[in-house]
Amino acid sequence: MHTLMQCLWRLRMIGAVLLLAVLAASLAPPSSAAEPDEEIGQAVGTVDADTWRQVKSGEDFIDSRHDSTYNLINPSGETWRQVRNEWISPAGLIAIGGMLAILVIFYLVVGRNDLDHERTGRKILRWTALERSLHWSVATLFIALSLTGLNLLYGKFVFRHIFGDVFWANMIMGSKLIHNYAGPIFGILLIVILAKWLKMNLPKKHDWEWFKQGGGMVGDKHPDAGFANAGEKVWFWLLASVGLLVIVSGFVLDFPIFGQTRDNMQWANMFHGVTSLILMTVALGHIYIGTLGTEGAFEGMATGYVDETWAKQHHNLWYEEVKDSAGQPQQNDPPVGDDTATAHRPN
Amino acid sequence: MAQMKFLCDAERCIECNGCVTACKNANETDWGIQRRRVVTLDDGKPSEVSISVACMHCDDAPCMAVCPTDCFYKTEDGIVLHDKDICIGCGYCLYACPFGAPQFPKEEAFGERGKMDKCTFCAGGPAETKEEEYEKYGANRIAEGKLPLCAEMCSTKALLAGDAQTISDIFRQRVVYRGHEDGGWSSVEKAQMSGPDVSANLDEMAYDATRATREG
Repeated sequence: MHTLMQCLWRLRMIGAVLLLAVLAASLAPPSSAAEPDEEIGQAVGTVDADTWRQVKSGEDFIDSRHDSTYNLINPSGETWRQVRNEWISPAGLIAIGGMLAILVIFYLVVGRNDLDHERTGRKILRWTALERSLHWSVATLFIALSLTGLNLLYGKFVFRHIFGDVFWANMIMGSKLIHNYAGPIFGILLIVILAKWLKMNLPKKHDWEWFKQGGGMVGDKHPDAGFANAGEKVWFWLLASVGLLVIVSGFVLDFPIFGQTRDNMQWANMFHGVTSLILMTVALGHIYIGTLGTEGAFEGMATGYVDETWAKQHHNLWYEEVKDSAGQPQQNDPPVGDDTATAHRPN
Repeated sequence: MAQMKFLCDAERCIECNGCVTACKNANETDWGIQRRRVVTLDDGKPSEVSISVACMHCDDAPCMAVCPTDCFYKTEDGIVLHDKDICIGCGYCLYACPFGAPQFPKEEAFGERGKMDKCTFCAGGPAETKEEEYEKYGANRIAEGKLPLCAEMCSTKALLAGDAQTISDIFRQRVVYRGHEDGGWSSVEKAQMSGPDVSANLDEMAYDATRATREG
């Protein structure tokens, strides 16, 4: 038995040695069938600088995640970060802060644009109830979206330190929710209001003259203006261009369920930031002129009626066409329907 | 202080996805969440190469820089963590991250994103209790003195996790033994295929750095 075991052991050893010899032969350069260089090439791959350069090109890769479009490294995010953090964020602060400073200085130096003559007490319908409710709905949403949007961009530098983590968590979550849900409503209403006021905001010849005279904001001059003066028209067309960009980019960001890629959303975010900060900046001017800056302007959008003197001074061409309808507001009660208002604004 | 990093040795990664599975198992992430992924370049070609990637716990983390809620923070070990109680699911970290690390598990009305989830280097996250921590962030192996499970379970030791100095030393050692001429990122082919004794080189590569430690 003992010798038999030894025999078997030897046989196994011989087998193993033979096997090794065959293996060695297959690897030995001169005797192998395939070229060893080729074999190694296949065995270890050919990772070189080009392989890593390929990552940048974003071609020919697979990711083990389901439905993934993520390459090993996706450098566009760093560009987005630089643009957002180094350019848009500070530029927005400069624009809004600069506009606030200009308005304060303007108010202190030039002051309110008062009525030149006594009020006559005769009132003219300027904004119908529908128009006023549209205006104040859009205005409220605009302010809500501005404040929440500013909180999303700058809030972390201020409020977390002041209020602590728990309050901040609720505040910023609320901001996101309000922003995301108020946004689409704002978008729809803005389009409605733009369509409604399109006709009276078409540019006219006398608008050019209005600009040349600086809109009569300084001094006693009052350039010609129809129902909407050239400044109001600029605000309208800014909302009709930049405002629509805000809405479109906002929709891309708000509903990430239509297959938009990460790159799409980076672009949308940059557009959204730039355009909405422009609107906020100009809106400050609009708010100033409509409240503190002009005597009698706010009551127009609040009550719907403006004084005859105000209409004559600020919208002389419109006044000439509607002056016959001027009267006591009580006499015009109940407030006239929308059709009447259209009749009040031929230009 | 340690600076914890992942390092994946592309010469060794065999695209087994063991790291992905280990991570999923250790952290019991939500349905659809895969904190680690394996990217393969030139799949099926001779130049095919795979590399495992997750949150790289950047020194200058873009997610931290763009987060509107400031919910990210860095631990003493250089691990980038985030507070899910403060996260609002805006997706900005996802826009900024070069590695596709942030993911959003729950989808709410109109595709609104839930709280972000990403690799924690198996270091958990801020929570009152251990149970809450596990529920929200997964395992905290670092607190137990253990390294991330993905790297611990890597069958070829391609994926290394630990202090940047330590793992780069290991990698450097491998590079030297492979005979690279210009660092770890170029082909072994150039150095190995032109050698006088090709089979000896193959043998050397098979043992790699482990032999170096054994032979002292």
